[in-house]
Amino acid sequence: MSTQYHVSSNPHVRSASSTSSIMTLVVIALLPAAGFGIYNFGLRAALVLLVSVASAVLTEFLFGLYKKKMTITDLSAVVTGLLLGMNLPVTVPLWMAALGSVFAILVVKCLFGGLGQNFMNPALAARCFLVISFPRQMTNFISTGEGALDAYTGATPLALIKVGESVNVMDMILGKTTGTIGETSTLAIVIGACILLLAGVIDLRVPGSYIVSFAIFTVLFGGHGFEPAYISAQLAGGGLMLGAFFMATDYVTRPITVKGQYVYGIFLGIMTGVFRFLGPGAEGVSFAIVLGNLLVPLIEKYTRPVPFGGKGVKRNG
Amino acid sequence: MAKLTFQGGIHPYDGKDLSKDKPIVELKAGPVLVFPLSQHIGAPAKPLVQKGDYVYRGQKIAEAGSFVSANIHSSVSGTVKAIEPRRVASGDMVMSIVIENDEKDLEMQYCPPEDVEKLSKEDILAYIREAGIVGMGGAGFPTHVKLSPKNPEKIEYVIANCAECEPYLTSDYRRMIEEPEKLVAGLKIILSLFDKAQGIIAVEDNKPDCIKLLKDLTRNETRISVRALQTKYPQGGERSLIYATTGRQINSSMLPADVGCIVNNVDTIVAVERAVIEGKPLMERIVTLTGDAMKHPRNYKVPTGMSYSEILEIAGGFKETPEKMICGGPMMGVAIFSTDIPVTKTSTALLALTKDEVSAMEPGPCINCGRCLEVCPGRVMPSKLADAAEHFDEETFLELHGMECCECGCCSFICPAKRPLTQEIKSMRKIQLAKRKK
Repeated sequence: MSTQYHVSSNPHVRSASSTSSIMTLVVIALLPAAGFGIYNFGLRAALVLLVSVASAVLTEFLFGLYKKKMTITDLSAVVTGLLLGMNLPVTVPLWMAALGSVFAILVVKCLFGGLGQNFMNPALAARCFLVISFPRQMTNFISTGEGALDAYTGATPLALIKVGESVNVMDMILGKTTGTIGETSTLAIVIGACILLLAGVIDLRVPGSYIVSFAIFTVLFGGHGFEPAYISAQLAGGGLMLGAFFMATDYVTRPITVKGQYVYGIFLGIMTGVFRFLGPGAEGVSFAIVLGNLLVPLIEKYTRPVPFGGKGVKRNG
Repeated sequence: MAKLTFQGGIHPYDGKDLSKDKPIVELKAGPVLVFPLSQHIGAPAKPLVQKGDYVYRGQKIAEAGSFVSANIHSSVSGTVKAIEPRRVASGDMVMSIVIENDEKDLEMQYCPPEDVEKLSKEDILAYIREAGIVGMGGAGFPTHVKLSPKNPEKIEYVIANCAECEPYLTSDYRRMIEEPEKLVAGLKIILSLFDKAQGIIAVEDNKPDCIKLLKDLTRNETRISVRALQTKYPQGGERSLIYATTGRQINSSMLPADVGCIVNNVDTIVAVERAVIEGKPLMERIVTLTGDAMKHPRNYKVPTGMSYSEILEIAGGFKETPEKMICGGPMMGVAIFSTDIPVTKTSTALLALTKDEVSAMEPGPCINCGRCLEVCPGRVMPSKLADAAEHFDEETFLELHGMECCECGCCSFICPAKRPLTQEIKSMRKIQLAKRKK
């Protein structure tokens, strides 16, 4: 018998992009916002990010040892750890950051079957878990930068608005305000989002419908009518941008159907508005997204695409 | 005018530069030729010769086993050595007629019609049926059956599929460059079967020279137009092509004729021309020998029945030992473990790749990115279908319209987790199709 060649089913070529290349791009896109967080809050922010990333990767590694299937090379644990860290206040105890990462990776992801099987965004689920378990530490925000006034120490811009104070929208867009490590600078987040959009990792379907529907909800129910400064502050604050571009777009926990993605985005916009304006708190992005995650199977079921030729003859030629 | 295209599709590396600029070389048949009795869709052909019989070049050696079937002709003169099962590209053993070439090239006397213009529609179809013509783009559906729809007067478009969207393949391109007049003549013959039909020559816009050549040639043809299509795989898929050129959609349970269309590949149309004008049967085809491992990539006119290993030898063999050999293109072709396989009417190419990309990649879990949905020309949900297939969940598979998959391979190509989506879906479809037949 002469040489035997490899045999496999078609197609015999594959595109260059891989799970790890996508995750790498997400990490790169998160760097401007993370970097700004370190600049804004100081070196302790870097330490918090480091601890959350390291404990996420370590958890994934240990679970991989137990399951005898190593999955850290797909880099998804790095993304989860980084996102969680960016959603924590800089004052958070380090053990709490580590606990959050362990919860995200072990409970939310691995126990449900690993990457692709989790029904909630691990980083956000862990943040919600921490906010509920340790409300005081998780909302202990400090003032930052020279622009911050001592009088407002400890209050995020949205908390200030809620009690009727005015805020500097320009500071919010640049990020010279307080909040969680990665959420303050709209500019840095949008730069990262542009990287993902240009690389084709995400599209505007979810973030676009989320932001637009939230803006409309704000006009209708925000209590200020059509007031550009108020709407901008609502859009720039409370991690809405970070949530819309980096967490609502999480592949695993958003609907896969095109129509479903619009429905999901609009749902998130409305729920964020409900939490912010009708609830007691000032924020609502995390809970809106986590709630949206739970509805994904239902949304997908009712937004299935019509197959080509499914409606029979269509003449438009 | 908006670009003619369809929704979905991919842009793989096209590799056409390897072979596209070299003229077709005609190959002489080797010492032994193998003619599988089943090289078309439908019933296998019935042998008309026995072991020891002498046959001429162009002699009918097997006849159509039923209406949906096709005649088979010898491409050499010589003696029938055996009628036995032989390995074909799909990996199956198929009953085949084996002929020993006596190198004398004694040819049959063909009887072409005296005046093609005077032929009746039935006569034209009879010539096509006699010549054993099948769809040469790869599917192998008998052409005389395709050209006999239930309501021939309802056919509005006869589309010449000159898209050649499959990467690496350039046989249709060379055919159009070297014998465009035969393509036009063949299309005119087919058009004469359908009184109300317009002819469309549909070419991807990565072949501007073909488009110009064919436009010049059809300037005075009122019934034929040349249309440029966006270059995108699978533009040449029947459903995508019909949609791009006419805006009409067909699903898996419909035929092109249901929306008034007939689609034929370039080589098939040229074979029709040869059958009707010269009375010659189908016994040769253009095969692209290409790939990064091939020493001299180019197109060859190959007698059917010749083995790939002989062609390879004449063509200069390999530059580097290939890891993978593919019959056809990289998207829809079939990987073969040995080149001891005959060229049939549907062989489009032999692709030699130094690296087998697929075996080097470890499939990971689905991350639900949705790229497979975006590229799917059938607008189904490949990731969910593959899931259903993997768990043998037939109900979900059918509910998610798994049967609408055209197996083009776009989903597997694009998948960042490198999941074998097409493979999973194909296996399940095969099982479901077999069940339907019962």
